[in-house]
Amino acid sequence: MLAFKLAFKNLVGAGLRTWLNVSVLSFAFVVIVFYNGMLDGWNRQGRSDTKAWETGNGQYWHPLYDRYDPFSLQDAHAVVTGEAAKLTKENQITPILITQATAYPQGRMLNVMLKGIDPNQKILMIPSGSLKAQNGEIPALIGKRMAESTHLQKGDHVLVRWRDVNGTFDAREILITEIFSSNVPTIDVSQIYVPLSSLQEMTGMKDEATFLVANGTLNNTEIKGWTFKDSKFLLKDFDEMIDTKKGGSRIIYLLLLSIALLAIFDTQVLSIFRRQKEIGTYIALGMTRSRVIRLFTVEGSMHSILALILGSLYGIPLMLLINKYGIPMPKSADQAGIAISEKIIPFYSLGMLVSTVLLVVISATIVSYFPTRRISKMKPTDALKGKIQ
Amino acid sequence: MEPTIIPMKKLIISIILCLFLFPVFAQDAKNILEKVDRNMSSKNRIMESSMTIHGKRSSRTLTSKTWSEGMDKSFSEYLSPAADKGTKMLKLEGQLWIYSPTTDRIIQISGHMLRQSVMGSDLSYEDMMDDRKLTDLYNAKVIKEEKLGDRNTYVLQLTAKVDNVAYFSQKVWIDTERYIPLQQEMYAKSNQLLKRTELKDVKQIQGRWFPTTIVYKDMLKQGNGTEFKMTSILFDQKIPEYIFSKAALKQ
Repeated sequence: MLAFKLAFKNLVGAGLRTWLNVSVLSFAFVVIVFYNGMLDGWNRQGRSDTKAWETGNGQYWHPLYDRYDPFSLQDAHAVVTGEAAKLTKENQITPILITQATAYPQGRMLNVMLKGIDPNQKILMIPSGSLKAQNGEIPALIGKRMAESTHLQKGDHVLVRWRDVNGTFDAREILITEIFSSNVPTIDVSQIYVPLSSLQEMTGMKDEATFLVANGTLNNTEIKGWTFKDSKFLLKDFDEMIDTKKGGSRIIYLLLLSIALLAIFDTQVLSIFRRQKEIGTYIALGMTRSRVIRLFTVEGSMHSILALILGSLYGIPLMLLINKYGIPMPKSADQAGIAISEKIIPFYSLGMLVSTVLLVVISATIVSYFPTRRISKMKPTDALKGKIQ
Repeated sequence: MEPTIIPMKKLIISIILCLFLFPVFAQDAKNILEKVDRNMSSKNRIMESSMTIHGKRSSRTLTSKTWSEGMDKSFSEYLSPAADKGTKMLKLEGQLWIYSPTTDRIIQISGHMLRQSVMGSDLSYEDMMDDRKLTDLYNAKVIKEEKLGDRNTYVLQLTAKVDNVAYFSQKVWIDTERYIPLQQEMYAKSNQLLKRTELKDVKQIQGRWFPTTIVYKDMLKQGNGTEFKMTSILFDQKIPEYIFSKAALKQ
């Protein structure tokens, strides 16, 4: 306790030098917390949006389906029968059928995915309820990104060409009945949603689907003829992207932390050099060398405690403000094909806060300890005389 | 308004005429297609051609030399532009390989890849590869006679009789004297016109009439289609067998 009291007195006594070190360290602390909070917030939002709009709580794929290979679609479809049909009736899964097609908005040629979705499904947030047949026309639903790139509006007709199950071309005009807005670009860009039964009829794939999206209650139930893909697999791309972002941000905040720690290191070296007489006195009064080392180490690491307090003083109101208004993202941010909302609300988990505090305190203690090792080599008599050692 | 009444006698005559004429037309259609096949096919041919792809903003021209034997053997080498020079294609009994000099590799185009466009043109590899006879794929009937430009033509309506055809129905305009197709239209199941092919500049080569310019047009997209011009063509030549081998691709 004595060491803490002494350390605190010494630090406060050092005046501006201490507060400069503390300020830089507190800035590094706040930046680390903010950056991690922002990435965690994005991660939570992105994962929940992707699950709500695209992946559900897992999917059952046709064994030949490969989401990265559009050519696999030609063969990756099967009739939804038995257990799968039963679960579909119970609204526990919803079948999706996909086929490659070409759309011709304003005479331009655009490769698209035609996706058949049940208008009555409730598992995904896609507003499939608006896929109501009108005067024998095929109703279609597109996302706002697709609408922007094709200049299509609600009520427009667009010609679509596709091939049926035998490879024979067919083409018809479809009617855009709704344009939806989603944070998940992978369900929007170059995609057109039509009623499942219409697509099955158009392609000659009666009662067939490419994959089945599960709701939360299924829990990996096996369905014969379909391969279950869990959320970990389906969100792999997103998780990898967040990990990459975290890796990149780690470099930035470690650099910032290094600058703050270097300042503490310098202060410690200077303290030991200038306070040799004080060190000699402590030892002469009966303190062991290790106790003096502890005293100086605690003094150095106290910088981090003060930095945490200072950082909290301006960081907490700042972060509360950011949480209230969110961080606006530029419109082009989702062009990389990753789910991102218009505003990111940072999320500060207890684990992240504790680990950041530990990182700052432990690293400050380590850099404070190294210069103090010289004390163990000091002769108390020379130290008392103030001889440079 | 009084309803129009068709006299019974007239109606019976019309039905009888239809019943008699329909088989005649059906028979004619088959004969016509066979005559076209005979006219258009040869033992082999060596041809130099240019393919101009008219895009929305610009056009580009590729020139090539092709050796072909029957319907199922063909070897093409692109001569220009510089970016495509040396690219070679070998079609051998339903299989297709492409050699690209930039990568120095031979790749086989198969399965769904066959549905991609050939060098960015309005033609797909599948269009190029389909060597089945029209009579094997379609039921044909003559629907009318029509003047196309200054030529008299039979208009044939072809409707698919097998499942695995790209186009459900086609209309073909065939010259009544020379028995060569002058225009072809491909339709979707919904009767939407998808592609139109015009065959022009008919010349007499080695005693047979042959169209030397073909314009392929995807009717759903903008642009003026792809123009295929044969600058020289020789029929029934001696073509060494090694031409139609994978080894020839890298030579």
